[in-house]
Amino acid sequence: MFETIRYDVKNGIAWLYLNRPDKLNAFIAQMNREVKDAIKAATFDEQVRCIVISGEGRAFCSGQDLAEVDEKMDHGQVLRDYYGPMIKQIRQCEKPIVAAVNGVAAGAGFSLALACDFRIVSERASFLNAFIHVGLIPDSGNLYYLTKLVGHAKALELSILGEKVSATDAVASGLANKLIPLDLWDEEVSAFAANLSTLPTKAIGLIKRSLKFATELTFEDYLEQEAQGQRIAGLTIDHREGIHAFMEKRKPVFSGQ
Amino acid sequence: MNRFEFIETSLKRNIAVIELNRPRQLNSLNRKMVNEIVGAMEEFDRDENVRVIVLTGKGRSFSAGADIDEMMDDNPVSLEQLNQFADWDRFALIKKPILGAVKGFVFGGGFELALCCDLLIASIGTEFSFPEVGLGVMPGAGGTQRLTKLVGRTKALEWLWTGERISAETALKHGVINKIVASELLMEETMKLADRLVNQPLLSLRLIKDSVNKAVDYPLYEGMQYERKNFYLLFASQDQKEGMTAFVEKRKPNYQGK
Repeated sequence: MFETIRYDVKNGIAWLYLNRPDKLNAFIAQMNREVKDAIKAATFDEQVRCIVISGEGRAFCSGQDLAEVDEKMDHGQVLRDYYGPMIKQIRQCEKPIVAAVNGVAAGAGFSLALACDFRIVSERASFLNAFIHVGLIPDSGNLYYLTKLVGHAKALELSILGEKVSATDAVASGLANKLIPLDLWDEEVSAFAANLSTLPTKAIGLIKRSLKFATELTFEDYLEQEAQGQRIAGLTIDHREGIHAFMEKRKPVFSGQ
Repeated sequence: MNRFEFIETSLKRNIAVIELNRPRQLNSLNRKMVNEIVGAMEEFDRDENVRVIVLTGKGRSFSAGADIDEMMDDNPVSLEQLNQFADWDRFALIKKPILGAVKGFVFGGGFELALCCDLLIASIGTEFSFPEVGLGVMPGAGGTQRLTKLVGRTKALEWLWTGERISAETALKHGVINKIVASELLMEETMKLADRLVNQPLLSLRLIKDSVNKAVDYPLYEGMQYERKNFYLLFASQDQKEGMTAFVEKRKPNYQGK
């Protein structure tokens, strides 16, 4: 079904591997489309309660495949037609999405990691806002997310100087959530995803929704949306399970419903 | 038992709900369906147990538009003889408040149907569009008229010429809809608003609707005269006596709808 990515669902987790290792998983139009389609499939698949995006081989994703860029390219239109729809699909998804950054995440690869909810990084990972080196600006939602994650000054620095951020620095500056030692990589990534897949999935989605409202709405409008969100959460089976487990002094078992 | 082929109706707490019921076709509108919708509305308009009418659709979308297959082979003469849009004219004669609860796609004839409602509540992610231009035609059931009166000539031309999809947020900004709510709560929030209206004095609601509609079509002076007559008329109602007496006696009014 997919050629540039690998996609399987196991135990409630959708694993999406960018799969052009000989090109450091660089984006071509087909890969934009396939990532979008896979995220859409995971969004609608009721089995899926967590999505992990990672890279095959030594890179996470090196960004746009420059072999595809020529003088005739309308860069704006490429964003509207390919990168934008992919990033929007990720933003619309209300399930938790983890970027398991196994190696370099450069350019649009960095943007892809930024669009996810969590970034967990291996010791080999690095982030690079490489656009400036070819005279372009960060795209695919990059600065929208970056400024929220690390603030204006740091976002500016990373984008204008275009220096590589190591895995440790990424965690220190708030770009990444967690550093995982190389030898524990597979195991800890799986554990991180497995934990997310057992949490109240609907509430996670509503938290993601509320955080979007928090940056888009006035305070009064936000409070109204918050009330709606809590009303929806209050109707879930997981909320009832949480209350029952608390009363019965046991660990809750959430179904995601 | 459902008397209708393409819609479903129900009545609870003085609120009548009409649901478009062709979810597999994204509630695309055929002629019989429009006839059923407006027929049901007229019945509810006459039914004294009904105070507010809610219009919505089953499934993920309100309505993706008109049934294209049905009209493909029509010609000007057959359309003139069929006079299908006469059914659409009847929506404007409904006196009670019509609340539209829309979601998903609200396209073409579906958009025109939504514009026949008095108030519109939309789910997050609802998209509006007049895609007729892409089929070499244009809206024929009031789209160019009602949309222009709502949003003005500039935006109306842009949307009608391009056929582009309009997000719920944009629709809200331009006054096409009243409110955006979480999709999970579309009906609950719509019913809350309907409940509020149910408790308002019915004749006031009717004559306010009548006067506001005149404001859209009449020159200001004529509209003012018309409003005045409706204002006077309400002084013939029991609810006016009750409302004003309750106000003076500092108690809650108990309206009878008369």
